[in-house]
Amino acid sequence: MAILGLPEEEYFSYGHRACAGCGAALAVRLITKAAGRNSIIVEPTGCIEVVSTPYPETAWKLPWVHGAFENAASIASGVTSALKHLGKEDVNVIVIAGDGATYDIGFGHLSGAFERGHNFTYICYDNEAYMNTGIQRSGATPYAASTTTTPSGKESIGKQEWKKDLVHILAAHGSRYVATASIGYQIDAYKKIKRAIETKGPTFVNLLATCPTGWRTDISKSIEIAKLAVDTGVFPLYEIVDGRHIVNRPKSIEELKPVEEYLRMQGRYRHLFRPERNEEAINFIQQRVKENLRSLLEHVEKGL
Amino acid sequence: MINFENIKLKVNDKEITIGAVLESNGSVSNLKTGAWRSKRPVTNLEKCTGCGVCWSLCPEGCIVKRDNGKFETNLDYCKGCGICANECPTNAIEMLMEEK
Amino acid sequence: MEGKTIMEASHAVSEAVKSVKPGVVAAYPITPQTHIVERISEFIANGEMDCEYIRVESEFGAISACLGASATGVRTYTSTAAQGLALMHEVLFIASGMRLPIGMTVANRALSAPINIWNDHQDSISARDCGWIQFYAETAQECYDLTIMQFRISEDKRVLLPSMVCLDGFTLTHLYEPVYILPQRKVDEFLPEYKPYHSILDPEQPLTLGPIGFPSHYMELRYSQVKALDDSINIIKEVFDEFSDSFPPEIENSRPERYYHVEDYKLDDAEIAFVAMGSVCGTIKVMVDRLRKKGERVGLLKLITYRPFPKNAIIDSLRGVKKVAVLEKAISPGGNGPVFDEIRSLFYDEMERPEIRDFIIGLGGRDVTFMHIKKIYDMVKNDKGEGLEWIF
Repeated sequence: MAILGLPEEEYFSYGHRACAGCGAALAVRLITKAAGRNSIIVEPTGCIEVVSTPYPETAWKLPWVHGAFENAASIASGVTSALKHLGKEDVNVIVIAGDGATYDIGFGHLSGAFERGHNFTYICYDNEAYMNTGIQRSGATPYAASTTTTPSGKESIGKQEWKKDLVHILAAHGSRYVATASIGYQIDAYKKIKRAIETKGPTFVNLLATCPTGWRTDISKSIEIAKLAVDTGVFPLYEIVDGRHIVNRPKSIEELKPVEEYLRMQGRYRHLFRPERNEEAINFIQQRVKENLRSLLEHVEKGL
Repeated sequence: MINFENIKLKVNDKEITIGAVLESNGSVSNLKTGAWRSKRPVTNLEKCTGCGVCWSLCPEGCIVKRDNGKFETNLDYCKGCGICANECPTNAIEMLMEEK
Repeated sequence: MEGKTIMEASHAVSEAVKSVKPGVVAAYPITPQTHIVERISEFIANGEMDCEYIRVESEFGAISACLGASATGVRTYTSTAAQGLALMHEVLFIASGMRLPIGMTVANRALSAPINIWNDHQDSISARDCGWIQFYAETAQECYDLTIMQFRISEDKRVLLPSMVCLDGFTLTHLYEPVYILPQRKVDEFLPEYKPYHSILDPEQPLTLGPIGFPSHYMELRYSQVKALDDSINIIKEVFDEFSDSFPPEIENSRPERYYHVEDYKLDDAEIAFVAMGSVCGTIKVMVDRLRKKGERVGLLKLITYRPFPKNAIIDSLRGVKKVAVLEKAISPGGNGPVFDEIRSLFYDEMERPEIRDFIIGLGGRDVTFMHIKKIYDMVKNDKGEGLEWIF
């Protein structure tokens, strides 16, 4: 049975200890629905690992393994190789990891596993900082976001660097399917995850997942904000299939909503508006977001 | 197959398992996280069209489809985030303060 | 290959690994471990092993891949040395905490800085608290035998812990010695196919492996893990006995007549005893023989099992000895040699306590010669020097 095209079956039980309005918890529901029963989940240390397995209880209804923070892709490599040895290659192996584990500490393992070509899917629930340890900056944290290690202040705009372009880095490993997705567009996310799982070899989906605690947003707005991230072009939805770009949304520069609409809703960008408006920073973000989308669209035009 | 009975042991009168292995049985539902809630979703069933958007966006997965095709929240687990109310296309869900 | 042959100790390990039929090997090259994994790669390339070899991007990847493969329910092997073992350190604890029976070979090498590829025991001694079983080999034959036995021990349902067989880098890894290779059929009889007992990743039976342990349960879980390692001392003895009964030595002096946690060498009437681990024991044995020819009552206690620490075996072997010289290739900076500390504390409760002294030897590949052993013997016999001495 399906609702809105999503299987009704749940593999991640309520009673988990995620915060109210947690985007990552919804991400896990979508990922596990796309994965289905014949799957093994590998989880690095992070929010989802902590909120889902308070021994002796578990939220999972699937085979699940957690080792350490940095090594999920290597553990998944071991799992795929063992399955191959056992002749059980029909089992889906899926890593569900936060951005700290993916962009930063686990990056070497991730690169190694992609280069070796293991048959697995790596989904990053990207909430753009180390939320489990208390909102510290990661390589996925966007420019100007105030975190506990990049606090905004008289001499600080928040994080000074742009978000790492991990999707293209992984595409450059020769992966046959990498994509961005947002919990704000849940059906699109579900379909992409499913496609990633069905594509042979290492595949990757960067799934934007609102963190109301870390982004300092209204808990009821997690979806609205995750949609705006896409519609403003801050987090455009695209796929790279066999090396070719497909831009899903926004489709043109003209239809971009102003980034301000997105930034304004979040406490982590409050300093861009109060006590006074930081026009320069807002313009900078707006310009870079446009350039980024333009570049993606150019890839599509050129058939790249 | 692992015989789960074989790997249970008692230490200090506490039941544990070898290597902290658990059956993936969704047992976190032992904790009723509904107690965390300060606001409660109330669905106007007249307005509910049964589209399932609320169900598809609930971080808890605690919204269930009823036999009449409409959706209802399991308040034992609902943390009261209000995503369902915010996203409902027909504004059929209202968040009311919990009175305790 | 089977029967008597002459081969490098590294290749003896590779032969043993081939015969235990792991499903997954994951390893990263590091001197002086390379000959082991290169030979395994050749076996796989020639179709002699039905095994997935993961050529990982680091040792951290190697041990993590082993964790994943072992959790999926296959026999799993890795090998490393020094910096590689140090890089694995975090996951060593996790593998034992999850009770995964991974088998590892450590080609013992000194730790940086300064960088040094030669032998001492600092790498594996620094990993002694990770909850792994540790064996130390003196000869190529012991490397071969212990590698087969380590899987039987680790996978025993009463143990379920990972294990390391440690052999000295270069002085043993690159040494050619006579080795007896068992017929495959005999190994198969001794070591049954791996069947997961407590842990598997299988959609047919979904389990949660590696959950978070809050203060309410962590201590009980740790206790049960530590107790399993303590109790493994008896299971190791059982397996040693069975191996010794099934496979008596084929080559003289290639291994103890019967495997035991320790090997006593001419200790019966000894007044002075050396204690050591690994390949240096060969040198010490020759020195013991020479001294005995001159009428000295001296012997050697060789530790084979180091974790779990074979307390009773050590006390029994050293009973009656008046003076003990612990020779070790590792140190706890700011403290003493770790083996020395442990042996000395064993005797605290004994009525008769030998005088026990600590000698740091052979760090970073410094040769340990007969002269060094003789010097130590003279110092102990004549009560010269300090409690802890560096023998350069």
